[in-house]
Formats: sequence, structure tokens, C-alpha cells
Amino acid sequence: MSEDAVNITVDGVPMKARKGEMIIRVTDANDVYVPRFCYHEKLPVAANCRMCLVEVEKAPKPLPACATPVMEGMVIRTKSAKAIAAQRSVMEFLLINHPLDCPICDQGGECELQDLAVGYGRDISRYHERKRVVKDKNLGPLVSTDMTRCIHCTRCVRFGQDVAGIPELGTTGRGEHNEIGTYIEASVNHELSGNIIDLCPVGALNSKPFRYRARSWEMTQQPLVSPHDGLGTNLYGHVRRGRLMRVVPRRNDAINETWISDRDRFSYEGVYSADRLQAPMLRDGDSWKSVDWQTALEAVAQGLQQAPKGGTGFLASASSTVEELTLLSRLARGIGSGNIDHRLRQTDFPAAVTPSLGMAVADVDALQALLVIGANLRHEIPLLASRVRKAAVRGAKVSFLNPERFEYLFPVAQYWVASPAQQLAALQVLVAAARGAAVGSEGVTAEHLQLVDSLKSNERKAIWLGALAQRHPAFGSLRGLAAELAALTGATLGVLAEGANAAGAHLAGAVPDAGALNAGQMLTTSLHSYVLLGVEPQADSLVASAAAAVAGARFVVALTPYASDELKAVATIMLPIGSFAETSGTYVSLEGRWQSFAGAAQPVGESRPAWKVLRVLGNLLGLQGFAQSASEEVLAEARALADGAAPQAVPQGGGVAAIAADAVVTDVPLYQIDALVRRAPALQATRDGMQAPQGAQGAA
Amino acid sequence: MSRASFFKTFLLTELLQGMALTFRTLFRPKVTLNYPEEKAPQSVRFRGLHALRRYPNGEERCIACKLCEATCPALAITIESDVADDGTRRTTRYDIDLFKCIYCGFCEEACPVDAIVETRIHEYHMEHRGENIMTKDKLLAVGDRYEAMINADKSADARYR
Repeated sequence: MSEDAVNITVDGVPMKARKGEMIIRVTDANDVYVPRFCYHEKLPVAANCRMCLVEVEKAPKPLPACATPVMEGMVIRTKSAKAIAAQRSVMEFLLINHPLDCPICDQGGECELQDLAVGYGRDISRYHERKRVVKDKNLGPLVSTDMTRCIHCTRCVRFGQDVAGIPELGTTGRGEHNEIGTYIEASVNHELSGNIIDLCPVGALNSKPFRYRARSWEMTQQPLVSPHDGLGTNLYGHVRRGRLMRVVPRRNDAINETWISDRDRFSYEGVYSADRLQAPMLRDGDSWKSVDWQTALEAVAQGLQQAPKGGTGFLASASSTVEELTLLSRLARGIGSGNIDHRLRQTDFPAAVTPSLGMAVADVDALQALLVIGANLRHEIPLLASRVRKAAVRGAKVSFLNPERFEYLFPVAQYWVASPAQQLAALQVLVAAARGAAVGSEGVTAEHLQLVDSLKSNERKAIWLGALAQRHPAFGSLRGLAAELAALTGATLGVLAEGANAAGAHLAGAVPDAGALNAGQMLTTSLHSYVLLGVEPQADSLVASAAAAVAGARFVVALTPYASDELKAVATIMLPIGSFAETSGTYVSLEGRWQSFAGAAQPVGESRPAWKVLRVLGNLLGLQGFAQSASEEVLAEARALADGAAPQAVPQGGGVAAIAADAVVTDVPLYQIDALVRRAPALQATRDGMQAPQGAQGAA
Repeated sequence: MSRASFFKTFLLTELLQGMALTFRTLFRPKVTLNYPEEKAPQSVRFRGLHALRRYPNGEERCIACKLCEATCPALAITIESDVADDGTRRTTRYDIDLFKCIYCGFCEEACPVDAIVETRIHEYHMEHRGENIMTKDKLLAVGDRYEAMINADKSADARYR
């Protein structure tokens, strides 16, 4: 071990630790449990609950394990009479004002205070005074409060300050009048604010949509992967009697640490929205009649066989699983159509390259310089933005080249607000500056040079193209320039595509063949028929006439979890498919991580996992390659295909396409990005959710 | 065959002993009851049909803590809960399957607010399928009807707890 290692003894067991490490980290690493409330591994140390008091030899009083650095030869006793007495006394203090309402508290059964009270609490109270009562705060539609239960560990406060970057909660008053609140009457609006629910060791902060719905012991925990962004956030779905009751984080230090975004946490409500499609539906004039699966699938097969070769358009959601997209692309090619796409919000379609972050998510923390082009990062991939924040707080130079000014809660080196045309021009200048142009020539200013220098001089650097860059009217040129700049400065180029499985969609072949129609073309001109996989053409695209184009087709099959009004207006047949929680599948994250999950909840009504529907459809159409009996077999085929594919590089340069000077790029509101979040009532009631729906913007 | 058993077999002593018992019992007080006109005494702790109680002001006692559901060894209780109109925690469904129930009384023991109780009622029957499920409404109706008896029983038993 290196020089800075020290030897300590905990409960008579010799242990090695890093110099300056806190005692509690050493004990945690060695499976010695020290009780704690305020200490949290991912938050700064506050040492204000005093529950982790341990006896340290030669120290006159017990010391808090979370805030005492280890020293050579330290002898620590976590379970000595002195330590236990100190912990019991602290517990008695904490319980003075804590109400005895465990039976109606949602935290009951998963409460850190409840658990520790069993071990350290007294069976009777020595206090006969009144318990204090604290007024509940209204923190908005996501977090419910019962502030009387608060034990002032300040985890929520520290989360706001150090992880979210905005101190939404704070403490006021002293002693018994100490209260957690928002200072002024306000809701918590940060896109990660739901994490304070997990952080709260007691029942003071709980999930409002989940309030009083179920008990922790009734539910089974099933691993899931976030269906909203390409980070591949690990989730647990808590399921009771086949129904998804809530979503909590699954710790993965390589991806999401212990956090998840509010979108991941509360979108589960959308799974049980009132417009869930319960059974296959067949259009009958202007009305709909529900039919059995056999009839519906035969009608679909018949309809697709009538379409001319190449006359069918396949549109898939970028949050479909690899399995679904593999079978869909096989189906499309099987009936002779290369018109398949998942990039519904893109307007310019250069050569398709599998989107990739180009680096491990965990390495983002250590970036020293970053240029983000066209990304409302906090909305697109909230947890990636929090990682960027970590890097920026450590001193990384983060610059933005965005069409609008978005709020970032960390130091930003340079922020350029530029229209799409100006973005191209600015990138050209940056490329010139990277080539060595001096200030004054080719429009290079000191700022450009500064940015290029920060990219060139630092070791760990990246250039990212966000979703707004991909909606850019000349995405090809923008990407070429960014790739050129990346090559010149040695930075890693990352393309942060929308959807949970954009990378998987490329690998599974859900991109058009050469000469075939892309999403933009399919949504502007009507084809003979369409197959929609989890897509609501108008709401999921930015083409103003998308619904009209699809409605113009003779035959439209919608594989969808939802019978939305939009689909009812355009579709011929609607087939109910399972949502992300009801199907087994795989997402490929932007860092290239393949994450499979099993179906957690029971499908609603007659709905079936989409891969099964597509498989049966393939058989009915008499196509080859639809004989799988499990999603794992489809996955193995997709994996083999992806492994066999040659690695792609983003093409550099390629000229700059001329675009209108008044061209705009539309930012989609945070809680409008996919069908699931659009149906989550709690998310829609938040400040971000109450923004104008995207349909109104798209039509404008 | 021994001598003792020889006499026992041929002199019918055992039969006579039995007859003697019958004769003696003929003059003793009777232990059989003319049910249903007569009934055996019950303990206040008798565990019969379940009931959900209310507070004297009519408010439901049950707070949907689900401890009875958790403790039920026969998994006879099914509860669903939600936020009530007044913001309190309430059950939206409280079913007890009387066919599954083993009348152990654990639900009653677990209840922090004395909402679910087992009454002394043991004379009930079902005529149709599905009637074995005591729904929340049925349980509350039992509680409302027999509150006086339940209250008396609980008070009588209280000093032993």
C-alpha cells in the first residue's frame, strides 16, 4: 500500500485506510455498521445528527465517525459501552419530537429512524412534554411533506447545494425552532429534486404521487432501465400485484450513482394513464371496434401485403428496445421497404452514424474542457448535466453554443447564444482558430481562441452535439464541423441523441437504407401505408403536417400502448403493446452499454410485448427470421449483428450547407419528450410540465 | 387365557360397568344445550366474525397501515389505500376472505387503532359464491351494528392487556 495508508483498529480488527479518510468510510468498506442519519456517501459531511458517535481511544469523548479522519494507530470501538450509550442518548434526543405516526407514514417499513429505533431506542419515553408540531410545506406536485417528522439531518439541503446546484431547501430558526423549508413559499423545481425523497431518512419528504398507495413490504423490486434518455439510468420498479407502484434508483456508480431524474421517477404514472389501449382495435368507419389478436394481426398482414414494394413507412420510437427494433427492421426489409427510421425530430439527415458519448459516463466527472453544441443538457439528459456540473465545479471549462440561453447551475466558461445559421458560422470560426488562425483573421476573436485553447491545452476534453444540434436544419454540416474541431483539438466527439435507445436503434438497423425515405420525408409526404411503433406522429415529431401525412395513408398500423386521440384519428388498426415496464428488452446507452431488463409489471389489458407482436406478424407475413421464442434470442441476433458491424466514425467537414438566416430549432419541453411523460399527471403539474405543449409550438 | 379375563369375558362385568355409568348420569344435570334456544357461554375474547369499527363521531378507525395484512398468516386480508378526500390515509378496499381466515386474531393484535376486531358472532353462513369475501362495507356494517357488544367486550378485556 502507498505511503498515505494508515493502520487502524476497529472493534479489535486491524484495518488499512487512506490517510485523512473519515472513519465511517473505512467501517462501511469493511462491513462494520455504524448507525447514521445525516451522513450520505454522495453528499458532503455535515455531522449534525451525531448518531454515528464512536469511541476512539485517547479521545475524551465519543467522536462522530462521519467527520473524524483516521490517523495512524487509531483504536476505534463502535460497539463499546461508551459508544452504544452515546448512540442511545442521541436516539432518545431524536425521538423527543418525532411523532409516533409510523402506521400512517409512507416511510414506515423502509425508515432509517424506525430501523435504528429498534436497535437503539428505549421502549418507553421519559418525556411527558408536548411534541413540537411543524407546519407542512407545499413543495409542489412531486414531493409530499410531513415536516413534523423531520430530524434535521439536512441531507435535502445539502443535495440542493452540492448536487442539484440550486439551494431550493434550507433551514431557518435555531434549536427546537429549526425548520427545513423553501424560505419563501415555493415549489422545488429542479429536474433532480425527487432525489430528496430517497435521501430523507425519515418520512418528512415522500413521493406525492405514491402517497398512501402501498407499503414497502408489499412490493417486489424489479430492475429496470430508464426509457427517457440515452444515459441508461438504472432503476428499480416496485411492483405490487403486477402493477408498477413506483420507481426508485438502482445504484450504479458507473452511470447514475444513486440519483435518478424526476422524469425517471414519476413517469410510471403514465403507464396506467386512462387512454391505455386495452385490446386490439380495428377502425370501422369513424368508430373503433375491439377485436381479438388473431383477427387484428391477420388484418395487419393483409394490409401490409397490399402495399406496393417500398410503399410502407416504418416509424419507431427511439425508446423502443433493441429487440423490437431488430424485428421491426427485419419486418420492413422482409416486405421490401427500406423506409424505417426512429429520428423523428431530426430535420437534416446526413449519413447515419451510431450516436455515442465517446467516453464512459463516469469519466465525465473528470473532464477538464467541454464544448456543448445545441443542447439543453439539463432537460435532455438531466443526470449527465449533473455530472458536467461536478466537472465544472472542479474547474472544468464548460462552454455552450446554443440557440437559446438555458440556465446552468454551475460556472460556465463561455455561453454563446446563436441562431442555427450563426452556430454554423461560429463553428467555422472555431475550426479556423483551431487551425491556427490569429485574432482578427477569418473572424476569430479572443473568445474563440480562448475556447480553442481550453480544448487544446487540457488533457481530458470533449465536444458534444445535443438534441438541439440534431434538430438543426443543417445537422450534417454542424456535425462535420464539430468532428473537424474535435479532430483538430484532440477532443472526444459525443453525439447525444434523443431517446433511451438511439444507439441501439442504429445498431438494430432502424435507419433507412440508401435511397429509402427517412423520418423527415415519411412525415411530410404520405405513403401507401405506415407502421408506427410506439410513435404518436404529431406529438413525437416537429413536422407541422406529420399527422396529416400519416392520415393521408391508406393503411396505418399503430403498435402503441396508448389509444391517443391523435392515433385514433390516423390509424387503421391499433395493437396494444407493453410499456417499458411490461416488456423484456435491452437498451443500448450512449456510452455503448447494453442493459437488458425483464418485464416487471403485468401488461395492461390485452397488451403484449411489442417484440412478440412483431414476431407473430413476421410469421403471418411468411418472412424468414421470426422463429424466436424468447427476447434473449432476438437480443443474441442483434448483438451478433452489432458486433459484426464495422465501427463508424463521424465524417469530418463535408462543406457547409446554406440555411435560411431565420431558421429556428425547437426545444421540446422537459415533460413532453415522449408518450410516457406526457401522460404522467404529477410531472405535467410541475413548473416545467405546465409549459406549452409541443404540438402548439410545432404548429406555429 | 388367564382367570381374570375368563371371568371378564363370561360374566359381562364391563357391560355392567357401562350400564352403571349410564344409570348414574341419568340423574346428573344435563350438559347438552338446546341450540339455538340455548347457547354456551362465550369469552369476551371469542374470535368470530370480523368487524371494522368507527370512532364515536362516525369516523372510520382504520388508517390503512396494512399491519393486519402483513401479519395475517393465511393471507386472507387484501387492502388498497389512497389519499381520502380530507387528505387522510384511508383504505379504498378492505377485503377479508372468510374461507382463508383461520381466526387467529393476529389482525386484531396488530391493529394500532383497534379498527379491525373479531366479534363474538360465530353464527353466519353464505349462500352464494363470493359471499365469503367480507368487503369494507360489510365489515363496517357489522361494526356499526354490534358496536355496543364490541365496546363492552373490549372494555371487559382491557384490564388484562
